[in-house]
Amino acid sequence: MINYLWLVPVLPLLGFLILTFWGKKMSKKTIPFVGAGSVGLAALLTIIIGVQFLLSPPEGNFFNQKLWTWMSVGGMSPSIAFHLDALSLVFIFVITFVGFLIHVYSSEYMLGDEGFARFMSFMNLFVSSMLILILADNLALMYLGWEGVGLCSFLLIGFWYKDSANAAAARKAFIVTRIGDTAMALGLFMLIVNFNTLNIQEILHTAPSQWSVGSSTAVWVAFLLLGGAVGKSAQLPLQTWLPDAMAGPSPVSALIHAATMVTAGVYLIARNHVLFELAPIAMHAIAIIGAATLLMAGFAAVVQSDIKRVLAYSTISQIGYMFLALGLGAWAAGIFHFMIHAFFKALLFLGAGAVIHALHHEQNMFKMGGLRKELPIVFWTFLAGSAALAALPLVTAGFYSKDAILWYAWSSVNGNIYLWAASFFGAFITSIYTFRMVFITFWGKMKTHVHTHLGNAMQVPLIILAVLSLLAGFIETPHSLGHITIFADLLSPVLPEVQLNHGGEYTEIILQIVTALTGFIGIFIAWHFWYKKPALVYNFKQTSLGTFLHGFWLRGWDFDRFYDGLFVQPFIRLSQINKDDIVDQLNIGIANLVNWLHNVLKKTQNGNIRWYATGLAIGLILTLTIVLFL
Amino acid sequence: MNTIPIEHALLLAAVLFSIGLIGVVSRKNVILMLLSVEIMLNAAGLAFVVAGSRWIQPDGQVMFIFILSMAAAEVSVGLALILQMFHLNKSVDTKTLGKLCE
Repeated sequence: MINYLWLVPVLPLLGFLILTFWGKKMSKKTIPFVGAGSVGLAALLTIIIGVQFLLSPPEGNFFNQKLWTWMSVGGMSPSIAFHLDALSLVFIFVITFVGFLIHVYSSEYMLGDEGFARFMSFMNLFVSSMLILILADNLALMYLGWEGVGLCSFLLIGFWYKDSANAAAARKAFIVTRIGDTAMALGLFMLIVNFNTLNIQEILHTAPSQWSVGSSTAVWVAFLLLGGAVGKSAQLPLQTWLPDAMAGPSPVSALIHAATMVTAGVYLIARNHVLFELAPIAMHAIAIIGAATLLMAGFAAVVQSDIKRVLAYSTISQIGYMFLALGLGAWAAGIFHFMIHAFFKALLFLGAGAVIHALHHEQNMFKMGGLRKELPIVFWTFLAGSAALAALPLVTAGFYSKDAILWYAWSSVNGNIYLWAASFFGAFITSIYTFRMVFITFWGKMKTHVHTHLGNAMQVPLIILAVLSLLAGFIETPHSLGHITIFADLLSPVLPEVQLNHGGEYTEIILQIVTALTGFIGIFIAWHFWYKKPALVYNFKQTSLGTFLHGFWLRGWDFDRFYDGLFVQPFIRLSQINKDDIVDQLNIGIANLVNWLHNVLKKTQNGNIRWYATGLAIGLILTLTIVLFL
Repeated sequence: MNTIPIEHALLLAAVLFSIGLIGVVSRKNVILMLLSVEIMLNAAGLAFVVAGSRWIQPDGQVMFIFILSMAAAEVSVGLALILQMFHLNKSVDTKTLGKLCE
C-alpha cells in the first residue's frame, strides 16, 4: 500500500479539478461527496499507509517515491518526489484526518452558500497543496506547495469577495506572507549556491560537514528560512495578517488558519532542523520570537470581542509555544503540540462556527450568552476544546503537550528562567482568555436566539475532535505521569532528542503543580470578572489606563498602525513623488508629440477631393523641383 | 516639309497639362474633373509622341497607346463611380463626398 503514497495528494487534487470543471452543474447533494469524499479517501489511505509504516518500518525509517524529474537546469534537477518519514507521517495524518472532518462539517455549514462548489474546490486544492508541501523531498517542490497553500489561503479569506473588507484582508494576508516567502526564497537560493541541490535529505546530510557551527552562511540560511516560517506561521513581526484572516468562513479558519497551514513554518524548521542546529543564534531567535509572540498574542486575546479573533490570537499564541519548543531544540515536543493544537483549535473554530451559524452570522461574543442549554453538544465539545487550550491537568491532551514545552523551557540546554517564565505566564493568560470566551458565550443571559438547529454533519466532527482533544495526549506523558513516549519514539529517527541541562523529577512535579494551579486560577479570574462581577471589568475599562490598554490590545498592540506609518504610508508617498519623475516626463513627451503630429495630419484629411488633388499637384511639383534642380 | 520645333510642341503639352490640372483643382463638378484629367493624360501622351518623333523611336507612340488604353479603363471606372455617387447623393458636386471621411 505504501507505493500508493502519491495518491494521497493526488486525490484531493482530483476533487479540486472535478469541482472546478463540473461543480456548477452538480447538485448540492453530490458536491460534498466529491469534496469531502476525496479528502476522506486520502485520510483512509494515509491511515493504512501509516499503520503499515509503523508495523513494518521500511529500511532507514523512511520511504521515498520518485515520480519524475521536474526540471533539469544547470546541474540541478529537482524531482517530483515524495518523502515519507515519521515527521511527514504525523503531518499528513493530521492534515487529511482533521481536513476530512472539517470538510464534512463544511458540507452542512456552507450548504446554503451560492459558492458551495467553489468553496469545496478551493478547500480540496488547499489540502492537496498542503500535502505536497509536507511530502516534498526537495525544497523546490516544498516551495510549490508553500505558495499553493498561500494562494488557497488568499482565495478562501476573500471567499465572500463582494465585501471589500474581506478582499482587503485577503490581500493583506497574501502580501504579508509574501514578505516571509521572499526571505525563504533567498534562503533556498543560498542553499542552491552552496550545495547545488535542494534535496532536503542530501542537504541535511552534507551541511554538518560543510559548515561549522555558527558559520555566517549557516546563520544566514537559517535566518532566511526562519523569515519564511515566521511569515507563514504568523509570528512576530509578521503576525498581523492572521487576525484579519478571520474574514473567511469558519471552516477555513479551522483548517487553514489554525490546524494546518499556519503550522507550515513549524514544519519547515523541524524538517530542516540540522541547518538550525548549525546556527545556534537562529535557535535562540526562534525561542525568543516564540516566547514574545505567545505573550503578545495572549494579551491581545484577552480583550477581543469577536469570538473568532479571540481564537485567532490564541492560535498565534499557541504557535508561539511551538516555536519556543523548536528554539529549545525540543523538536518532538513542538510537533506534539502541533498535533494536539490541530485537534483542539480545529474543534474550537468549528464550535465557534457552529455558534455563529446558529445565531445567523453573529460573531460578537457580547451579543451571545446563555447558549449552554440551547446548543448542548456544541457547548460540551467547546468546553472540551477550551479545557485542552487552557491545558487543564491530567484530563486534557493540551496539558501533556504544553507541559512538555514548559518543562523543556526550564530544563533544556537552551532553556532559561526567562523563557520558562514567559511560557508559564502565557499559559496563565491562555486559561483566562479561554474561559472568558466560554463564560461570555455559554453562560449568562441569552441575548440572541438560536435560529438554526445543527445537523449531524456539523456535530459529529465536533464530537470526534473533542474526544481527540481529551485523549490524544496519553501517547506522550511526562516522567512524573507514567512516562509514555510513543510519540517521541516515533519521531526519534527523524528528530534528535532534546538535551536536558538540569532539573530532576521533583522539580518537574513542582512545576507541573504550579502550572496546573495557575490554570485553575486563570479560570477563577475569568469566572469572577466576566461572569460574577462584569462591572469590575467595565469600571476598569472606563479609567484612562483601562481605555488605553483595551484599545491597544484590541488592535493587536498597534502593529498595524506601526507598520502603516513605517512602511505603507512612506511607500505610498514615495510612489506619489515618483509618479511624475523624469522618465515619466520623457514618455509623456513622446506621447504628446505623436498626438500633436496626429492633429496636424488630421487637418489634411478634410474630405474635400480638390484639396487632395492640389496636394498631389504641389507634391509632384516639389518632387520634380528637387529631382531636377537640386 | 517644315517640322514643328520641339519646343513649341512641348510648350503646347505643358499648357494643356496645366489647363487640365487647374481644371481638376478648381472644378466642383466631378464629370468636369474627370474631363480635366483626360486633358492631362492627353497632354502627357502628346509629350511622349513629340519625344518619340524627335529621337525617331517608336517608344513614344507605344506609350501613347498605353496611355490611351489606360485612360479608357480609368474613364469606365470613373464614370461608374460617378453614377454611384449621383445615385447616392443626387448630385455630382464633390462637396457631397466630404462626408465619406467622417
